[in-house]
Amino acid sequence: MAGELAPDPPAKDSETACGDCLARTWLIARLAGSIEIARHQRRRLREILALPNEKLIAGLGGVHATQISDQLERLDFDDLREATDRAGLEAICRHDAAYPARLADLVDAPAVLFVAGGAQRLVAMAGGSLEHGPRAVAVVGTRRASPDGLEVATSLGRGLAAAGVTVVSGMALGVDSAAHGGAVVAGGRTIAVLAGGADVPYPPTKARLYQRIVSDGCVVAELPPGFVARRWCFPARNRIIAALAHTTLVVEAARRSGSLITAEIASDLGRDVGAVPGPVTAWRSAGTNALLRDGATVIRHASDALDLAVGIGCHEPLSQHLPPRLRELLVEVSDGRDTLAALTSAPSEVHATLAGLTELELLGHLRRVAGGRYVVIPP
Amino acid sequence: MLARVSTFTIDGLEPRHVTVEIDVRLGLPAFTIVGLADRAVRESRDRVHAAILNSGFEFPQKRVTVNMAPAWLRKTGPGFDLAIACAILAVGGHVPAEALERYAVFGELGLGGEIRACRGALAVAEGAACAGIAGLIVPRERALEAALVDGLDVVGASSLRQVTEILRGEEVAPAPEPQAAVVPAPARQPDLVDVRGHANVIETLTIAAAGGHNLLMSGPPGVGKTMLARRLPSILPPLSKTEALEVTRIHSIAGVHRGLGLVGERPFRAPHHLISASALVGGGSVPAPGEASLAHHGVLFLDELSEFPRPALEALRQPLEDGRVAIVRGQRTAIFPTRFMLVGATNPCPCGHAPAPRCRCNENDLARHARRLSGPLLDRIDLVVHVQRPSAEHLAQPPATRSEAVRERVLAARRRQVHRFDGTAALCNAHMDAQLLRRHVDLDEDADIPLVDVYRRGELSARGRDRTLRVARTIADLAGEQRVLREHVVAALGYRHEAADVVGAAA
Repeated sequence: MAGELAPDPPAKDSETACGDCLARTWLIARLAGSIEIARHQRRRLREILALPNEKLIAGLGGVHATQISDQLERLDFDDLREATDRAGLEAICRHDAAYPARLADLVDAPAVLFVAGGAQRLVAMAGGSLEHGPRAVAVVGTRRASPDGLEVATSLGRGLAAAGVTVVSGMALGVDSAAHGGAVVAGGRTIAVLAGGADVPYPPTKARLYQRIVSDGCVVAELPPGFVARRWCFPARNRIIAALAHTTLVVEAARRSGSLITAEIASDLGRDVGAVPGPVTAWRSAGTNALLRDGATVIRHASDALDLAVGIGCHEPLSQHLPPRLRELLVEVSDGRDTLAALTSAPSEVHATLAGLTELELLGHLRRVAGGRYVVIPP
Repeated sequence: MLARVSTFTIDGLEPRHVTVEIDVRLGLPAFTIVGLADRAVRESRDRVHAAILNSGFEFPQKRVTVNMAPAWLRKTGPGFDLAIACAILAVGGHVPAEALERYAVFGELGLGGEIRACRGALAVAEGAACAGIAGLIVPRERALEAALVDGLDVVGASSLRQVTEILRGEEVAPAPEPQAAVVPAPARQPDLVDVRGHANVIETLTIAAAGGHNLLMSGPPGVGKTMLARRLPSILPPLSKTEALEVTRIHSIAGVHRGLGLVGERPFRAPHHLISASALVGGGSVPAPGEASLAHHGVLFLDELSEFPRPALEALRQPLEDGRVAIVRGQRTAIFPTRFMLVGATNPCPCGHAPAPRCRCNENDLARHARRLSGPLLDRIDLVVHVQRPSAEHLAQPPATRSEAVRERVLAARRRQVHRFDGTAALCNAHMDAQLLRRHVDLDEDADIPLVDVYRRGELSARGRDRTLRVARTIADLAGEQRVLREHVVAALGYRHEAADVVGAAA
């Protein structure tokens, strides 16, 4: 699946994860249960994930330590590569050119990223370093979002993706999937970072969203295909979300929300953090309001987010990133052909044109006014 | 001496069996009619008297009492003349009484004995067939219409003398020519081939025709709203046999049926905006169908919609919602079917030029105009299309399409709906209620994203959402899709409207 969708299939051969990195991934997956227990013993997850292989086995392997070392020695990487191919994924390790350099800021950077949707696409959306690579913004928040929160998340996703900024999130219920949904509508420039295997839509109710993200964007994961996420995997994937993005935006978060962890990591990495303000009495906004008090930037809409992520006045007009069909339509409307009648000369074109006008309206480029006219909203 | 003749009266749209009884006995010469007869029936005394004498028969110089049973039913119209005359002739021995048991008679008499056409022959024939009467004598002009009913021996007669001959069995009655199921529209209808530009209106008319949606056209004066609306019948599917019979019955009763047999074209009614509420939906002390019923299975075109009196527009609510209207008058209730497509045309503001700078209306004018259109009526209109002055380039182009081509698409879309609504009250997408919407509007998984989006932003009412879904269903049908895809929903959203969109109020 991913092989067909990848923009440049021959590149795939050169982008195969090396054995060491695959071994590391196997080890973390093997020790997943022990990591879970270690967390209960109040050991810090980030520190565990930063340990080298030997210490990891010694620290968490317990009675199985020797056995695990043996297995690691004799690991058959071809099996793992085959499983990756079968799942339609591509594996890229930190020695590959396709591996996003910005992840290197993490002390516990994942050894391998498993990508659905194509490694080249990942490069196009979040590859390279922070300074030179494509812009990316993480939009995260509570799973139990309010309708308003969902709406804000959707419009942020849409506005950012429409402006050519990659929307990174975790595909969780609530804010995360709303942000992905918005980005998907605006062309699909979005990356979902999953806690389990990148080939398994999680949560399962978002299977359709998963399909749409894979078809235009990417789904990535640190753990091997088919891996079923444990509790610790969720905060672990948050570090990848934060590191992939220039800016992390929190839409709604309660006082002890996982998205605050993402914001904290982002802040530790020296990245910008923004938050959408909410009523001071709303539990869903307690976390975001606290972030704002601590100095996060106020985000009201996509334009604020773009000011933060790309720079004030630096971002191009949003329309630059529209699909060509919509862009042409927008130009025609601004040239004065501002009614459906003026834009169409055959009945067979009417539906497509009307649909295009409505899409532009939904994306906030046009507004319908009296008499069936459309006016362009200045960016 | 006593004689009985069967005839029928029309109560609303229903034929009612009436037995005309006549009693002739010695006494001072007199001629009385009893049995809740209206003026036209009471006047039939004089017509019957003269017609009998002028046909060369004798009028009994006795006391003649005519009773029309059932006595509680109000009898209206001149259709009893022939029955009364036949009864008198039966008493006088000019007509065999046994023959009158086989035939029902229906017709108005002239003083010279000729039989004049009267309204409702089809309904009368249906009533006769229902009542199990073998034959029916009707005015010759109406014989073809009455003969549409199966299992009834229909005879057309032109004079009273001829009726007596028929009843005596002397003349072999000329059978009315059998009628083809549906007569193809004979005259050339206005065709879309005459239209230049207006591609968006043509497409909207196509959707309206394909889904039976009500439509409002808004635009400045003289851009072609009326011209376009008149071309709607040319793209509607042909009447089915059942529909044609219903239309013929109503038109015959209302006296607007000009043809001979079945009505072949979908009705297109365009009443003037000075119409009263009862003329629009039906009414009168004797309930008669209004324009809404005359447009049954066809198009009701209200030009200058905002100029219609408010009560008339309000009265359209029930007919639009239920597809029928109940007229209640004292002890009687008449139910008229009103399954029409409403097509309205309006100026965007009282002067017609909003939002152009040359519009001279002030805010109050605009607000009043919006109030006229808003509310319950606009709620029942699925599609709003803005008609603009075609550009010079568009005028120079060849016609975009022909009615025949559009009709093909409409027919294909309708075929899907016939299958879909088999066994339900709905006939087309426009008739879908909330329950049918849930069952039949199968949204593709991402198709509701734009809908939810617009709804959340408060730019769409719950009713507007249903309208959008109905229109999206029709657009999908026109595209030949089983499921409603995102593109269909997005296009349908382009047709969404609130009152402010229609008029020039908000700029």
